[in-house]
Amino acid sequence: MKRYPLWKYVTVVLALALGFFYTLPNFYGKSPAVQISPNRATIKVDAAMTSRIEAILKDAGIENNGIFAEGSGIKARFTDVEQQMRARSALEKALNPNAEDPDYVVALNLLSASPAWLTDAGALPMYLGLDLRGGIHFLMQVDMPGAEQKRLDSLAAELRTLLRDRNLRHAGISPTGKTIAIAFRDGDTQQQARALIERNIPDLSLVVEGETLVASLSAEATASLAKNSVQQNINTLHNRINELGVAEPVIAQQGASRIVVQLPGIQDTAKAKDILGRTATLEIRLVDETPGALEKALRGEIPFNTELFYERDRSGGEYPILLKKQVELTGEHLTDAQPGFDENGQPAVHLGFNSTGARIFRDVSRENIGKRMAILLFEKGRGEVVTAPVIRDEIGGGRVQISGRMTSIEASDVALLLRSGSLAAPMEIIEERTIGPSQGAENIKKGFNSALWGFVAIVAFMCLYYLLFGVISAMALSANVLFLIALLSILQATLTLPGIAAIALTIGMAIDANVLINERIREELRAGMPPHSAITAGYERAFDTILDANITTMIAGLALLIFGVGPVRGFAVVLCIGILTSIFSAVVVSRVLVELAYGRKKKLVSIAIGQIWKPEADTATGKKK
Amino acid sequence: MEFFRIRKDIPFMRYAPVFNVISLIIFVLAVFFLATRGLNFSMEFTGGTLVEVRYEQAANTAAMRTALVDAGYTEFVVQNFGSPEDVLIRLPLKDMTEEDAAADQNMARQGEAVLAALTAQPDAATPELRRVEFVGAQVGREMAESGALALLVVVIGIMIYLAFRFEWRFGLAAILANMHDIIIVMGFFAFFQWEFSLPVLAAVLAVMGYSVNESVIIFDRVRETFKKTRGMETPQILNHAITRTISRTIITHGSTQFMVLSMLIFGGEALHYFALALTIGICFNVYSAVLVSSPIVMWLGVSREQFIKHPKPQDATRTADGACV
Repeated sequence: MKRYPLWKYVTVVLALALGFFYTLPNFYGKSPAVQISPNRATIKVDAAMTSRIEAILKDAGIENNGIFAEGSGIKARFTDVEQQMRARSALEKALNPNAEDPDYVVALNLLSASPAWLTDAGALPMYLGLDLRGGIHFLMQVDMPGAEQKRLDSLAAELRTLLRDRNLRHAGISPTGKTIAIAFRDGDTQQQARALIERNIPDLSLVVEGETLVASLSAEATASLAKNSVQQNINTLHNRINELGVAEPVIAQQGASRIVVQLPGIQDTAKAKDILGRTATLEIRLVDETPGALEKALRGEIPFNTELFYERDRSGGEYPILLKKQVELTGEHLTDAQPGFDENGQPAVHLGFNSTGARIFRDVSRENIGKRMAILLFEKGRGEVVTAPVIRDEIGGGRVQISGRMTSIEASDVALLLRSGSLAAPMEIIEERTIGPSQGAENIKKGFNSALWGFVAIVAFMCLYYLLFGVISAMALSANVLFLIALLSILQATLTLPGIAAIALTIGMAIDANVLINERIREELRAGMPPHSAITAGYERAFDTILDANITTMIAGLALLIFGVGPVRGFAVVLCIGILTSIFSAVVVSRVLVELAYGRKKKLVSIAIGQIWKPEADTATGKKK
Repeated sequence: MEFFRIRKDIPFMRYAPVFNVISLIIFVLAVFFLATRGLNFSMEFTGGTLVEVRYEQAANTAAMRTALVDAGYTEFVVQNFGSPEDVLIRLPLKDMTEEDAAADQNMARQGEAVLAALTAQPDAATPELRRVEFVGAQVGREMAESGALALLVVVIGIMIYLAFRFEWRFGLAAILANMHDIIIVMGFFAFFQWEFSLPVLAAVLAVMGYSVNESVIIFDRVRETFKKTRGMETPQILNHAITRTISRTIITHGSTQFMVLSMLIFGGEALHYFALALTIGICFNVYSAVLVSSPIVMWLGVSREQFIKHPKPQDATRTADGACV
């Protein structure tokens, strides 16, 4: 009798220890928390903020279980829901003095109550899907043809300006569906125009058709448009969702032109849809610099045709600024906003306008040199001055640079704000799921109960039928559940109700391997083999069959993983992981347990695997070697 | 304890023709119902809106219907869902083209509109909104497509696997038995017009993967017995292999069925049809592995010569697949 190799014992002990460690966070449950995150890209949450929150809570006499910064926000934990509610209102009052215009999002959240050392070690509880925690799921389709059309329209306008500026006479520019036809009267002009367009508007690819140039969006331009539109829409959605006060929103791209939005814990679908569907607008207006007008406005006597706005500076202070009511330019002409540097190496934001916008900007700047111009962002009908620089020179060509009084971080924030202020392309909701919180809790309970009682029934049966080997099978099955939950926690795969069903199904199917082994051992014993050899032969011979049995289920699991959508994906993930863990626990873990029980006994006469019934006489068919 | 005290091999193959006729009848019936009644696809596949609400007391579905008619809805289904307090309202997608984005957007707002209509009645109780699901026409079509694709990939994947693992007769028999199982499961869904949802599709695919392994285990034994013993007729060998594995077959499927039964009892409405599909699948699984796939192998004319290509001495040598001869 060979000793079972030591390294296998070590592997099993190590796997069990790791499995236990990573399963641990799931036992702690959740503790109520308040999450504070900035409502504007220009506000940063830093260490000073953490101590400020600590002070606010201390003043209000609210005990907390720890305040810590994570990602872009700060989270504070509390012992119970009452403290959490009090903390929220205290923080809301202190951080957002102006309730109409909140600086921070103060949201209720549930955090894992597992101790910090577990979290630090990367051990997190399983990530629950929306059907288990309640919330809203949207799938939105970005209207790419619409975005392409919009881009083509603005390019057509740009073409007109370009050709007029260079005095190239054309016989009409007509956008026709996905192309723009530019007619010319002679080939010479056409050649010149072609060279000009290729140099100045690289987004267009040109084809000569007789006297006409047919321009369409180039492949790269289409690809980058698609990428940018989706990215910009995601940014915009991020900004808007922040206002909803959602603790852990998920906003992600799915496929080429879709965006998934998941808002856990939100119940008010109508409000969520309103906010997601809203458009922010950019406006450019002139500053009213009439002496004394601002002072008058601050006293409440706002001069005719002007409006009072506030400009935010770096330190968070606000300065009043009086703007003319007339809107010179709106964001619909803005095509791009990128952070960068000006000619003096100072941080700047580069804006790109389409041809119409560029012309208006040129005219406005020419007529107002030396005056101040304000760039405003309107959201929820409330405008905020992003910046109000002095016009130094006439600005033509549609490239505008905003510089001065900003750091490079601010420059990128402003660029983001301008870019994300409005949606790049229209979107529509093509799928929606709302699950109430009670429904989510009920789903967890139902799923858990099904798995539990099925497990109990199987374990009871195995122990009765196979005695000690049944107990060992049951222990291996428990190890399987442990590994499965640990792996799901490590991978942070989303656990859905079908996922819980898959856990249950995996438990039901995993026992197959142990049944195969136990039956094989019984059979070998029946054939008269001594116990030690019967165990070895049983495990060895059953292994091929176990592999076979699992490969076919794995094929089904993988197909579901590749083609499955939504909650069914959760089913597939668990099924596939479950197959791997069940092979390991049935073959290796149970073997180690058997060796622990019997491996050291030199003279083994019988093993507790249940009654071995032997037919008295060999029948003709039962001839054995 | 030992449940299976089987002295002689059970002569399964003697009754095979009878069961094959029964199988054929059930199969034809399943195909017939699938063709005539069709599957009752859930709105995940067809698109539409689903609103689940819960009332404090038993819901007055008649009043809800009136409220919805008053609100201008014509085509809708109001039904109890699990308990008298829970009500499910289904609204189909209106006729619209894919390009009709505005209509889609309005459809997406139907959930709230329905709830508003229900509470608008003067003496109506305010229900708790439990769940709203909206699936646009395009997404529904994609789900149906990817579902069908998943089904196809599983069939092809299993065929490739079996082709590697076994001789073609076994592969063909296993696949036929497999198709027999899932067509019958779907036939049940067509006959009773149970809702065929995404989880049910997942269950059907799981049954496929699970069902094949049953045939594989029996065939493994068949091959082993062919190699080990001489002088047995093919039917005898099949009987022997099935008898030898029957205890494992029943215990394994029994255990899985414990679990599925537990889901059926404790899982509530959400897991009901999922568990039901698995239950039917598991039952037909056991049956088809024993009484469908094995007879097919027999009819296809499997014989000892197909396993022993070069005559070998009887003592132990290892074949390519590692089985001990």
